[in-house]
Amino acid sequence: MTTYKAPLREYRFLLQELFDVGELAKLPGYEDATPDVFEQVLEEGAKLCEEVLFPLNRSGDEEGCTFENGVVRTPKGFKEAYDLFRQGGWTALVCDPEYGGQGLPHTLQFLVEEMVSSANMSFGMYPGLSNGAYRAIWHHGSAAQKRKFLPRLVDGSWSGTMCLTEPQCGTDLGQIRTRAEPAGTDGVYKITGTKIFISAGEHDLTDNIVHLVLARIVGGPPGIRGISLFIVPKFLVKDDGGLGPRNGVRCGSIEHKMGIKASATCVINFEEAEGYLLGEAHKGMRAMFTMMNAARLGVGLQGLALGETAYQTARQYAQDRLQGRALAGDKFPDKPADPIIVHPDVRRMLLTMKAYTEGARALAAWVSLALDRAERDPDPAAREEADDFIGLMTPIIKAMLTDNAFAATNLGVQIFGGHGYIREWGMEQLVRDSRITMLYEGANGIQALDLVGRKMPMHNGRLLRRFFHPVDAWLRQRLEKPELQEFVMPVMKAFGRLQQVTALVAQKGMADPDEAGAAASEYLRAFGLVAMGYLWARIAEIALGRLGGDEALFYKGKLATARFYMARVLPETNTLFVNIAAGAKSLMELEAEAF
Amino acid sequence: MKVLVAVKRVIDYNVKIRVKPDKTGVETANVKMSMNPFDEIGVEEAVRLKEAGAASEIIAVSMGPQSCQETIRTALAMGADRGIHVLSDAELQPLAVAKLLKAIAAKEQPQLVILGKQAIDDDSNQTGQMLAALLGWAQGTFASKLKLEAEKALVTREIDGGLETVELKLPAVMTTDLRLNEPRYASLPNIMKAKKKPIEQVTPEALGVDVAPRLVTLKVEEPAKRQGGRKVASVQELVDKLKNEARVI
Repeated sequence: MTTYKAPLREYRFLLQELFDVGELAKLPGYEDATPDVFEQVLEEGAKLCEEVLFPLNRSGDEEGCTFENGVVRTPKGFKEAYDLFRQGGWTALVCDPEYGGQGLPHTLQFLVEEMVSSANMSFGMYPGLSNGAYRAIWHHGSAAQKRKFLPRLVDGSWSGTMCLTEPQCGTDLGQIRTRAEPAGTDGVYKITGTKIFISAGEHDLTDNIVHLVLARIVGGPPGIRGISLFIVPKFLVKDDGGLGPRNGVRCGSIEHKMGIKASATCVINFEEAEGYLLGEAHKGMRAMFTMMNAARLGVGLQGLALGETAYQTARQYAQDRLQGRALAGDKFPDKPADPIIVHPDVRRMLLTMKAYTEGARALAAWVSLALDRAERDPDPAAREEADDFIGLMTPIIKAMLTDNAFAATNLGVQIFGGHGYIREWGMEQLVRDSRITMLYEGANGIQALDLVGRKMPMHNGRLLRRFFHPVDAWLRQRLEKPELQEFVMPVMKAFGRLQQVTALVAQKGMADPDEAGAAASEYLRAFGLVAMGYLWARIAEIALGRLGGDEALFYKGKLATARFYMARVLPETNTLFVNIAAGAKSLMELEAEAF
Repeated sequence: MKVLVAVKRVIDYNVKIRVKPDKTGVETANVKMSMNPFDEIGVEEAVRLKEAGAASEIIAVSMGPQSCQETIRTALAMGADRGIHVLSDAELQPLAVAKLLKAIAAKEQPQLVILGKQAIDDDSNQTGQMLAALLGWAQGTFASKLKLEAEKALVTREIDGGLETVELKLPAVMTTDLRLNEPRYASLPNIMKAKKKPIEQVTPEALGVDVAPRLVTLKVEEPAKRQGGRKVASVQELVDKLKNEARVI
């Protein structure tokens, strides 16, 4: 059995020690979002996740979703858990009060999402997708569309999806064939086509499902510029808000997947389904990206969440499992054997997991605070700055956090030895569940291209400066502090080299796009590791000042992990920088036929 | 009808309790604290009474340091209407708590006071009974079912031999047992609403109660470590060991 207790102390550390969440309550509309509200909401959310969602994680994986005659059933207990979740108002947390939402900050939503995914990632998919649909309609919908769809998405009685992928196109959405024919009334279309890989596409949790569908209006421009976004409900919605007849939307089958088996991944067939244009015609990609960016950050959180569960469970096991003796002599002579946590190699694995997970959480919190500022800060310059920073960090959060999650959950299996490979222990499920996070919402290679090809050159490097400048200033202010040298120096060095390779990649990429492509994944990882290193240095600074108190053990843990990060994680950048400098030649010289 | 619910802040039931090195008590610094689970059941019962139209107002009372307000907030988020916090950093023993509750009851005039049958920290199981005696009210302890009728309450009690139903004249004191109900999760809107509900703060002095401890704790120790079991070869040997070694039969 895996173990999960929501890391509330970690959350308090982030919100009140590393960052100052009290600042959020100063933003207009967030007056109620005071630190004590954060604590209460997290505590109550923790209960629900630990007591209701977590116990369904293993059974949901064993049972999976079933498909019969077009009907999809979620595993036993999911419907009841979803009802509790929705009645508790958790689907409404971050939503607009005008439509029944609680209007609470993204920063709080992030932490709740993490707890939900740690407890039961498959379950989290359903409200997660709904929230994406909510955002797209909230941003781009007409007043009538908002009135019609948002209240039910907010209260969770309806759910949402995003329908992008088709059999012939995933990443390259310009190839979309699903077509939309004008149905006579303005803004109403008949949608026909097949979508695949639709998470939460069909299930038994809600009364209605609101699909957001990318399709091409007949006669529209070819390629990506002719794609529009449509709202296509499973059941038509009458003017009074009640449900009308079934729309031409049918689930054709569900996928049999490696992981997240309790999340229904559907083939959805649209046959002359009534759809309503969302936003402007032919500008569907832009509207869809409102969902995508949030979704990408959400996927990063899923990664971090699984790493947390793996770490908690492996930590427990390493302390309980008595096997052999410490290399340097018995550590617990009164026991029949020493717990395996005495071994350097087990510690290496646990510390890697801890460094990844807590570093990831700090990074995610940094970005989520920016998300709140980007939306609420009255100063346009501050909003722009926050928005730039989010744009820059989104691909890094998505890709690095999920790469690390796969590594961390794998280490979790390793710590369990053979038992990690046995289903009952639950560790292998975490590996399987985490594997999807590297793939969906844009595979990690695509995230790297987004960073190098779009975010890096955007506004002449303005996005990069939103990271480089504050980090540079923080490091410089601490050059004279002897107690911080062991943290500041390695980060400073890696940070300097990151700036050098940034210039190199930009310059070489300009002349030959393959050069940028060849460097992209390693550049993203190096960037992420430096960003996390900077945060670990900041964490170390806080911990150093609090070693004497009655929570000495907690801060010792932070300090030791920061040291581990500097000594054994950050040096990975050395290899990455060498690889980046090696360029595209060794990747590109072999003809495709020779593979 | 007004209902008064007592809620105690205790170490969370999930926490592994550690005894302080000087044996004066258990470690509470930086330990997760929660509402006593029996009190949660009490709050839930009161909220159900209100939802059923039987109760008009629910007042949650807690006693102890400033942080007790968090526990009151939890009760407010579950559905209590307002809170009273008796601020005190002293050790509050059951008799002191009962006296404080009596003073509050005199002021608030509730028809029903609900308490947990015991708190999971000291397991005293005394406060409800003491309060009923001090007030001269009827008591229904270890309740697994409550039914209100005009001017009276029918309380089903869990006793050694099974279930016993007592009829109490209101006002009365009731203490909750585990099977009375299953407490709800506070909903997000209610957590937000709780922030705006009032909590009145009073002191034992203002209530005219002397809370000085009447009992002295000599020392607190961890339970003895469990010894490993032994296998016996026969029933005879088992009986022999129970008689002569364990001396239990």
